[in-house]
Amino acid sequence: MLLLALDTATPAVTVALHDGSRALAAAGEVDARRHGELLLPAVDRVLTEAGHKLAEVTDIVVGVGPGPYTGLRVGLVTATTFGAALGVPVHGLCSLDGIAHASGLTEPFVVATDARRKEVYWARYAARPSPDLPPARLTEPAVDRPAEIADEVAGVPAVGAGALLYDTVFTGVRRDGPEHQSAAALAELAARKLAAGEELLPPRPLYLRRPDAQVPANYKVVTPQ
Amino acid sequence: MADSRGGPLVLGIETSCDETGVGVVRGHTLLADAVASSVDEHARFGGVVPEVASRAHLEAMVPTIQRALKDAGVAASDLDGIAVTAGPGLAGALLVGVSAAKAYAYALGKPLYGVNHLASHICVDQLEHGPLPEPTMALLVSGGHSSLLLAPDITSDVRPLGATIDDAAGEAFDKVARVLHLGFPGGPVIDRMAREGDPDAIRFPRGLTGPRDPLYDFSFSGLKTAVARWIEAKRAAGEEVPVADVSASFQEAVVDVLTRKAVRACKDNGVDHLMIGGGVAANSRLRAMAERRCEDAGIRLRVPRPKLCTDNGAMVAALGAEMVARNRPASAWDLSADSSLPVTETHVPDPHAHTHGHAHDHDHFHELSKDNLYS
Ligand SMILES: [Zn+2]
Repeated sequence: MLLLALDTATPAVTVALHDGSRALAAAGEVDARRHGELLLPAVDRVLTEAGHKLAEVTDIVVGVGPGPYTGLRVGLVTATTFGAALGVPVHGLCSLDGIAHASGLTEPFVVATDARRKEVYWARYAARPSPDLPPARLTEPAVDRPAEIADEVAGVPAVGAGALLYDTVFTGVRRDGPEHQSAAALAELAARKLAAGEELLPPRPLYLRRPDAQVPANYKVVTPQ
Repeated sequence: MADSRGGPLVLGIETSCDETGVGVVRGHTLLADAVASSVDEHARFGGVVPEVASRAHLEAMVPTIQRALKDAGVAASDLDGIAVTAGPGLAGALLVGVSAAKAYAYALGKPLYGVNHLASHICVDQLEHGPLPEPTMALLVSGGHSSLLLAPDITSDVRPLGATIDDAAGEAFDKVARVLHLGFPGGPVIDRMAREGDPDAIRFPRGLTGPRDPLYDFSFSGLKTAVARWIEAKRAAGEEVPVADVSASFQEAVVDVLTRKAVRACKDNGVDHLMIGGGVAANSRLRAMAERRCEDAGIRLRVPRPKLCTDNGAMVAALGAEMVARNRPASAWDLSADSSLPVTETHVPDPHAHTHGHAHDHDHFHELSKDNLYS
């Protein structure tokens, strides 16, 4: 197995190559405005560093969000186009799960990323016996204003940029936890799930919000009244 | 390489607005033109909603690439290059196409050509009428653009002579259709209504045609307002609005200005060919009046079939094929989508590449155009 993982659902543009037992190389940059420019060069760097060609990749894993849409789509369209060109399967994983896996937390915890517009994308995770085991998500990923979920997350260990940003609500925030996505963690999680015969998600975006679009009000009269 | 078979084999991807277009051409020959449109999803909003368009592009991208290759009957491995609209257009929509093109080119080991959307609109005519005369005069009219362009070399030298200073011509059609309660998009329905009407029934204003006005620029905002006022006056007086006559008279005003200025630009610049492209080029009255005025002026008119005038992937492939044929440098893997790419930048070559011929030397600082991208 040679697994290429990428994720653009958070400000990180992150890419990793994984052979089923370990990450062979990883690259990325944190720049929320340049996902489109940075992703392909990062893929190229990871492959070069690991001494592999894209044609040798057997599986592609992509974070399906939730995440700010414009950046999120860069990863998804890149992954699905690679899949089509190479004829290999493209697996989706919830981006929050990747951050959860990287957290190393064993007690119940939450992951929250920045959804912009004063909201967070977030989900709750169950306790796990060992930080090596895949995290078990208890809730569907959601988008909310921090104040609206304050009762649910107060004092609960929390990781991610959303928790760091709203630390008066996420009072259990772990400052040493992962802030953004890491494709190495995402690849690791996918490798475990695939090895266990688990079905992953289709590579389709979790937007969680409808597009901002207003049906125009009635035609505005131009003649002076 | 490809020339023995009739030119370079290129796949082109276009996502600058609401059509996901993928075309395949070999040199000047059209092999496939697959389009998935999200226009129906925008209709109830009365205009293209960028986020709705971007979502639709992501859904349609891979299936449309596969359909184009199947229609063309070629294998992806035989392609000589992948071309993509790098701009101008809707930032988020462009980014889906640019990202897909990069991934596809990288995975196949083919060169990537980020090209200009407006230059592609001109170049598509090679698929219909053979090699573009050099120079070619082009009138591009759609919901997004109204430009007069002089193109001495479509791969490297396109000069803007004039453009709209307010609304695009197609936008004016949409807005007038809305006042007349005819729905969106307005172009086809106004064209249809106008056939039953009298183009001389109402004398609507011709923008920017005064003696001191810029020769090649357009303005349709005043016309749109004049039409709306005229209709409102009728309604206020309790009279029925003569939809056919209003449509015909409005359309006549638009088409009169467009063709008059295009023919003038040809004469002033000593160009004996005029090509008309963009969605509004499908308008039957524009075609008819352009034909008559070009004939009177001794100008050869070239208008591609309507499907090639609206946004499509074949036009991008056509310009990409010309880039390959003329040995223009490919784009870099960090190619960005540039929503305001100037028409003078016919393509976006790798700034660090060794360049052949008279390739470009522009700096590429595109930060400004990304201000609203990631909100
Ligand atoms: Zn166009």
